[in-house]
Amino acid sequence: MDPRLDRGDGLRQALSWRLGWALAALIPAAFLVLFFAWPAATLVARGFHDGSAWTLDGFRQVFSSRRTWSAIGFTLGSATLSTAVCLLLGLPGAYLLYRCSFPGRDLLRALITVPFVLPTVVVGVAFGSLLRPDGLLGWLNLEGTPVAILAAMVFFNYSVIVRTVGTMWARLDPRLAQAASTLGASPLRALRSVTIPALTPAIVSGASLVFLFSASSYGIVMVLGQSRYRTIETEIWYLTTRLLDLPSAAALSITQLVIVTAALWLSGRAQARMTRALKLQPNVDAERGLTFSRDGAALITTLAVALILLGLPLANLVWRSLHRAGEFTVANYTQLATDGGGSVSVWRALSTSLTTALAATALAVTLGMLVALVASRRPRQQAGRHALATLESLFLLPLGVSAVTVGFGYLITLNRPPLDLRSSIVLIPIAQAIVALPLVVRTLLPTLRAIDPRQLEAAATLGSTPWQVLRRIELPHLGRAVGLAVGFAFATSLGEFGATSFLARPDNPTLPVLIFRLFSRPGSENYGVALAASVVLAGLAGITMAVAERMRPKEVAAW
Amino acid sequence: MVSGLEVRGVTVKYGPTVAVDNVSLRVEPGTVVGLLGASGSGKSTLLRAIAGLQPLSAGQILWDGEDLAPVKVHKRNFGLVFQDGQLFPTMTVAKNIAYGLGKLPKPEQKARVEEMLELVGLAGYGDRKPTELSGGQAQRVALARSLAPSPRALLLDEPLSALDTALRRRLADDLARILRETHTTGVYVTHDHQEAYTIADYVAVLDEGHLLQLDSPEALRGRPRNKQVAAFLGYRAFVTEAEAHRLGWRGTLGTGEVLGIGPASLQLDSHGFEVDIIDQTLTIDDWEVKVALPDGQTATVSSPSKVDSLSVRVTLVGGAVVPA
Repeated sequence: MDPRLDRGDGLRQALSWRLGWALAALIPAAFLVLFFAWPAATLVARGFHDGSAWTLDGFRQVFSSRRTWSAIGFTLGSATLSTAVCLLLGLPGAYLLYRCSFPGRDLLRALITVPFVLPTVVVGVAFGSLLRPDGLLGWLNLEGTPVAILAAMVFFNYSVIVRTVGTMWARLDPRLAQAASTLGASPLRALRSVTIPALTPAIVSGASLVFLFSASSYGIVMVLGQSRYRTIETEIWYLTTRLLDLPSAAALSITQLVIVTAALWLSGRAQARMTRALKLQPNVDAERGLTFSRDGAALITTLAVALILLGLPLANLVWRSLHRAGEFTVANYTQLATDGGGSVSVWRALSTSLTTALAATALAVTLGMLVALVASRRPRQQAGRHALATLESLFLLPLGVSAVTVGFGYLITLNRPPLDLRSSIVLIPIAQAIVALPLVVRTLLPTLRAIDPRQLEAAATLGSTPWQVLRRIELPHLGRAVGLAVGFAFATSLGEFGATSFLARPDNPTLPVLIFRLFSRPGSENYGVALAASVVLAGLAGITMAVAERMRPKEVAAW
Repeated sequence: MVSGLEVRGVTVKYGPTVAVDNVSLRVEPGTVVGLLGASGSGKSTLLRAIAGLQPLSAGQILWDGEDLAPVKVHKRNFGLVFQDGQLFPTMTVAKNIAYGLGKLPKPEQKARVEEMLELVGLAGYGDRKPTELSGGQAQRVALARSLAPSPRALLLDEPLSALDTALRRRLADDLARILRETHTTGVYVTHDHQEAYTIADYVAVLDEGHLLQLDSPEALRGRPRNKQVAAFLGYRAFVTEAEAHRLGWRGTLGTGEVLGIGPASLQLDSHGFEVDIIDQTLTIDDWEVKVALPDGQTATVSSPSKVDSLSVRVTLVGGAVVPA
């Protein structure tokens, strides 16, 4: 063969290889710019610009109002308390479920994660129906109190601590604590001085996630706060949809963005500092049987949490959905099909939800796969690696920005030429895809990162072109996580309430939006139908995640 | 009353597997007993049982005649050095060493930490993080940490096996010196004979949970209790008295005894018995020449240089007397 010809071919191949990757990076980037960066930037600009001149009036107005400060205070206070309670209850749970072995442990592990996959609106409804004056725990007089909101936040986030800390605890070498013990440390001192410090990276990471999720539990506060307790997000909703005061809402959105970014940055820094020193044993046999004298406290705490905090609201929700005016009946379910109270039927809302969630899932998973493939490249140059790290964190950004901000951003951006989508139904799946995208990327990327680079080198030395390596080695790895990613994206989109509540049209709501409406309306009929619809939505989300979890590759960390 | 550590009829089971089977041994105060065995012989399990980290299925662990069954790990006052150090990653070297000194006032703790660092040859390393240490340094710190609270006994679980060969030999000498200087009562687990002979006053050979023999290194080398022990100590060929004499041996054997031929039993001798060479391997010390004995068994002889012929003349100068 003519060597020159060969070189030309090689050059062309290398060029098309690079072009391919550039395109793969460009498609999701364009989507993110159009549907995330632009609305977010417009929103920020709206906070500083009143349409004719630069101004800080929006901020001045917002921050001179006592409502704002109470909303900020309540957001930070409830999120902090929720994080503290989750840690207090979750650490014994992490120990029990990941360090001890006993019959029924795996079932208990699976059960405590159920609340986390439930839509926030459903969580709100479950606690609302439990704490109503006529509810099972009505005598506690907790309806409409911050305690109810806090309980729902802990219900939702408890498993985050158990799983993030537990998976690390399971891999922590038990001999570390044994070393402390042989040096004369009591079990409590060994736990306090050696085990807990070694677990700090996981504790910080779990706690910051809980803080983030709690600070953005829009659905829970909307349902349980009864407009007496407001967070930044519900306040944004109130300013936008009730007072039509967009500059103030924008100022508040920016505040939320700053708080979330600061929290994420702090936790990221703390983790980077602490992870370095840690030595983990990937396959150490650290589990041991239960001893009541040693593990009794952890066992009782965890069982109490599982039964009372997690089990009771769900059991009560199902039980109540089968009752109306004290009588056992399936009327709530039969009425799902009828248009009740001048509103859309639950079945229609459900079909809207399913359609939008399917579209959102297709979007999020397609884009997520492209992002994961691009971000998993291993460029030789430092600059290339930096660029990829930046790209990855850009796509994880929507995780930090609340869904409410996304919905609000669309409302003020995509409502006029060149892109007038406001009246179009496509906005909802796009918003849901933006919310689900970080989850998808975080699910897919670890499988590609876990491929030993020497495997790719081996394939190359065996004569595979880069395309063949991609097709025969990397794509199959990616494929193993697609099931879980689809599940995450679908369940998230199905229960999405933050962005959707801004974008759904009154005559064509999604199921979470309809449940919220029915639940806040008076009348036992509306209430009963809301409960039944919540059970249906919870069931769908639960089944989706249960199926998806079965497809979880082991290298994808849990949360 | 028996002083020191006593292991009396100890059995440890993991489910149906018996890891340690009815083992009894004593460690006199100020002496070190090596537990020598292949992996899976139960030596580490026995050590963990002594430390209190592994529940006994039967038997007793006693100290000065007192049964330790009700004494929890952290009350036993036994130091334990792990194979991979297990330094606390969140603390400095000094904090690690001071960890077991909780009851002492701060200035005394500081003095003790410095004394310990001096002892293990790492003076001035107190402010470092465990991640900044090499493997050998980390093991020295682990040793210092275990010795600092002056434990009544020190348990060492293959403390050198994660290190490379040259370092291991050097550190074994240091370890032997430190243990003697501090008059430590110790139990030392290893799979390496050389290490056991260097460090231990007595060596216990374990196999599949059974204690095969407990003796001084010298006695162990000279008179292994049976062929199994001898084989484990490196005696691969066994010959009768007549055969041994044919190879130039001068000693005598009792009835029912054979002579085990080990790595140093044969020597090159131009007037010796001629044997065929099977193979030659270069080691860091010498050429190891593998030869065929007249009855077909193989043995090795050390040579300063490669042998340039098909056979070599050797004399049998020693060996281990073993019951046939």
